[in-house]
Amino acid sequence: MKRESTSSILISKGTSRLRRLVSFLIQGSLFLVTSLSTIAVIFIILFIARDAIPFFELRGLKEFFTSIRWYPSGNPPEFGSLAIIYGSMMVTFLSVVFAVPMAIFSAVSLSDILPFKVRQMVKPIIEIIAAIPSVAYGFFALVVFAPLLQRSGGHLLGILVWMVGLPVSFILVYMIGDVLSDRLFADPKLGHRLAIMAAGGMLCLFGLYSLYAKLSTITINSGTNALNVSIILAIMALPTIVSVSEDSLQAVGRELREGSYALGATRAETLTKVVIPAARSGIIAAVILGVMRAIGETMVVWMASGNASQIPKPWYNILEPIRTLTATIAGDMGEADHVTGSARYHVLFAMALFLLLISFISNLISEWIVVRSRKKWGI
Amino acid sequence: MKKFVLVLVSLLMVFAVSPLNAEKKMVLDGSTTVGPIAKAFAEYYMSLHSDVNITVSESGSGNGAKSLINNACDVANMSRFMKDKEVQAAAEKGIVPVAHVVALDGIAMIVHPSNPVNDITMAQIKDIYTGKIKNWKELGGPNTPIVMISRDTNSGTYETFEGLVMHKEKIVEGCEYVGSNGAVRGRVQSTPNAIGYVGLGFLDRTVKGLKVDKIFPTKKTVANGTYPIARPLFMFTNGYPKMGSDIYQFVTIHLSKKGQEIVERIGFVPVTEY
Repeated sequence: MKRESTSSILISKGTSRLRRLVSFLIQGSLFLVTSLSTIAVIFIILFIARDAIPFFELRGLKEFFTSIRWYPSGNPPEFGSLAIIYGSMMVTFLSVVFAVPMAIFSAVSLSDILPFKVRQMVKPIIEIIAAIPSVAYGFFALVVFAPLLQRSGGHLLGILVWMVGLPVSFILVYMIGDVLSDRLFADPKLGHRLAIMAAGGMLCLFGLYSLYAKLSTITINSGTNALNVSIILAIMALPTIVSVSEDSLQAVGRELREGSYALGATRAETLTKVVIPAARSGIIAAVILGVMRAIGETMVVWMASGNASQIPKPWYNILEPIRTLTATIAGDMGEADHVTGSARYHVLFAMALFLLLISFISNLISEWIVVRSRKKWGI
Repeated sequence: MKKFVLVLVSLLMVFAVSPLNAEKKMVLDGSTTVGPIAKAFAEYYMSLHSDVNITVSESGSGNGAKSLINNACDVANMSRFMKDKEVQAAAEKGIVPVAHVVALDGIAMIVHPSNPVNDITMAQIKDIYTGKIKNWKELGGPNTPIVMISRDTNSGTYETFEGLVMHKEKIVEGCEYVGSNGAVRGRVQSTPNAIGYVGLGFLDRTVKGLKVDKIFPTKKTVANGTYPIARPLFMFTNGYPKMGSDIYQFVTIHLSKKGQEIVERIGFVPVTEY
């Protein structure tokens, strides 16, 4: 039998024409309302592109993407945005590096390891982090965190090394101790395991201490730098990544976990070999959401990144001030008037278009990963 | 019946409030340097005329000019004169910008109070901001790198600094940019190696002002022209305001004794020695 459309299934053969017409109209108007948001997004992209193209017509592509000289009010003006693009990328990358391990560990422990009562308490607190306005974060970064970094930056970094390094090395030493003792000895006894773990522990402690000693001596010149902003952005992106990862971990379901335990796997094995791979697509989607949050953040970077349009020397020096695309758009919009400066006005739209393209591409990648995972693993 | 009464009461409330809205409004916009003066004048004026409501925004001289050109404000506070392009744009829109000099200002170079350096020359300031001088030891200070703070490019303070000190040379890329006089002062007072520039009214005990070419920025040195980095502060109106109107009375406050007292109280230099 020919498959009828939904409307004809829901409407019996005997309904009058008027009824059908009304049904069609209502369906059409509901579709219009739903597509309003899509239309809004399309219009935003169109208008930004419309105002961004004149900049490339005026100044070409080369200067925007390859020059680091950003002097929009200079005589003659220069619009090299390479350093600004680099600043955006650097800050986003750093904040992801800080946020993702913490977020995934938190999500895993919240969904699988910690008791339910703890989860009840901790999850709302993480949601509150997301509700704090970004200008409050920016204010904190500028007024509290920047002077703190300047006064005792090296010391703080050293403490951070210990705070992050100790738990991580504990886990690493235990895991590697297990694996190594299985490999090296045919029948590993407790004594063997302890010996290897002690050796590994000594190595880790020595490494951490030398890192601490080296970092403690660093004096941070300017507290408004890439590190400051990255840490704050990591805190801001954390709730997003934790929430979505945790949801996808929960969505894996009890059956998979119970099956794994029934086959004799330990909790660690279940987590690392069954649960996390099963929730992989959701976790990657969560990370990409966090990335998009970090790259689009304006207030924090405008207040606390120093706004220096430069590529730090050397390129990995995160203790130097940088400038991001979002801060440039926000900061320069006032002076860049359509009346008084053409290229200066359009370059901001070019930056906005670039940001839009990046978000668009991240979204596409996230979708592709989810679809591919679904096809491959059926999840 | 209940619904009708509710609707009637709410309508009455709306109409009862509206006479309060029938007051005269004056909108000011522009420089963060002139902002405190405008706000003080507004307070003083509103205390004399309670039917006038004056709002003052501080979004930068460039924005103030833009607002005046677009007829979005009555008075534009600017810490620099209008650029040729702005005057042209105003003429195209039928606006005639008229400048009123309400006060004089100096741009003070400030450093952290713990910095041993006491004076600096104009050439040295330029060398710092173009990146030729990178370390405080070249100026007699400790062996630490210099952290340069500058105002954002939509600021009149920045334009004055660029014109009088940099002589149109471009600031080096490692310089940090902040959004207001207060932000510059805040950064310098918490960063031992920083140098920045603020309007004279923002020089206080929390930072240390430097002598430029052996002259310390004070009201006297700015008024008699010996301090090199000095500038007049403007309020621009559309045409000369009609005599006796609110705008006219507002932009002539600085000519009265009370106005000049206010200017001096805020930390700027009054236009005459009253």
